Amino acid sequence: MATVSMTVNGKAVTGDVEPRTLLVQFLRENLRLTGTHVGCDTSQCGACIIHLDGIAAKACTTLALQCEGAKITTIEGLAEPGGKLHPMQEAFREHHGLQCGYCTPGMIMSALDIVRRNGNNLDEHTIRDQLDGNICRCTGYHNIVKAIEAGAKAMAK
Amino acid sequence: MYNFTFHRPTTVRQAAGLLARNPDGKLLAGGHSLLPVMKQRLAQPSALVDLSLVEGMTGVELKGRSVVIGAMTRHADVANSQVLKDAMPGLAAVPGSIGDPQVRNRGTIGGSIANNDPNADYPAACLGLGATIITNKRRIAADDFFTGMFSTALEDGEIITKISFPIAKKCAYEKFKHPASGFALVGVFVSKRGPDIRVAVTGAGSNGVFRVKSFEEALKKRFAAKSIEGMTIPANGMNSDIHASPEYRAHLVAVLARRALAKANA
Repeated sequence: MATVSMTVNGKAVTGDVEPRTLLVQFLRENLRLTGTHVGCDTSQCGACIIHLDGIAAKACTTLALQCEGAKITTIEGLAEPGGKLHPMQEAFREHHGLQCGYCTPGMIMSALDIVRRNGNNLDEHTIRDQLDGNICRCTGYHNIVKAIEAGAKAMAK
Repeated sequence: MYNFTFHRPTTVRQAAGLLARNPDGKLLAGGHSLLPVMKQRLAQPSALVDLSLVEGMTGVELKGRSVVIGAMTRHADVANSQVLKDAMPGLAAVPGSIGDPQVRNRGTIGGSIANNDPNADYPAACLGLGATIITNKRRIAADDFFTGMFSTALEDGEIITKISFPIAKKCAYEKFKHPASGFALVGVFVSKRGPDIRVAVTGAGSNGVFRVKSFEEALKKRFAAKSIEGMTIPANGMNSDIHASPEYRAHLVAVLARRALAKANA
């Protein structure tokens, strides 16, 4: 066992993990932050996407120990303390950018990274292209794309 | 995944020392090839030596007539490097086609080259530009570095620190992307630097990345798609799997080489 410390959603956390413990296991099982999902566990579906020092990464392909000292943001860290949704979450609600909801946390974390890389004015082609690493098994992409376009604009306000 | 010990050195020397003490250990760069393979229990390193805190292993810089890229530079950072976009847009375009955005946020050039996946993009760029792979021990020409599928000239305890790419006036990469994995079903990198003409192919050969000497010879007269019009390469020695037959891959090599030449001349 080893001890790992990092900041998750603004809170300093410490835990005992095996070297092979994945970041997604640490988040879900040690910290009980189950919003980050495991879809494929083979680095393809994007359900486990979190922000590692501000940049989107797959928590199923990152060891917890690689995040020693890092700042992690998960889907739980987006809404305001009073419960007011982040503009991107609100856009997903407004545009019904989900069906079963399993891929949604990863889609939203990925969407925020698309805004970071491409700004607030996104066209459909860019969004679809940049969602390459997120899979929605319900195939509900149409509303997801609409939600991201609207959410990106709302974030600029 | 099988368990292992985990180490985070801060210098190349420390990393080399850790490798020497752990003969079954492996270096961890971005981890986006190694960790999936370990999860499948196809690899069982006794130790992982994480290079992410090692100083001086990231960045893209211009050095004389070359662009030097630190081995731990992530794909997204190479793709976004203004230095590289200005010096050699044909090379800057390569990392943007790897995997998906999250993979590009983590994966590194050194990791990709050391792994030498037969479908990876960077090996084609290295061989197609005649790059020099710089390690903690020596400098290795790309022509000598890639020795077959998933194998390289790297010795035990050897760590890639930088890759130096000579600036080619004309170069381009064309790739037939596997729609699910993003890997190259076939990818062709072409370049012209003075009299040195190179055509390097990834994804197609059953022995990994290779040069097409017949195309290079034909391009000596004129570096243009027209010079290799109608030319083909034999299907013998091409990969065969559920995605493509050897004949189809051989066909793609010629098609993509012509497209890459058109792009390099544009």
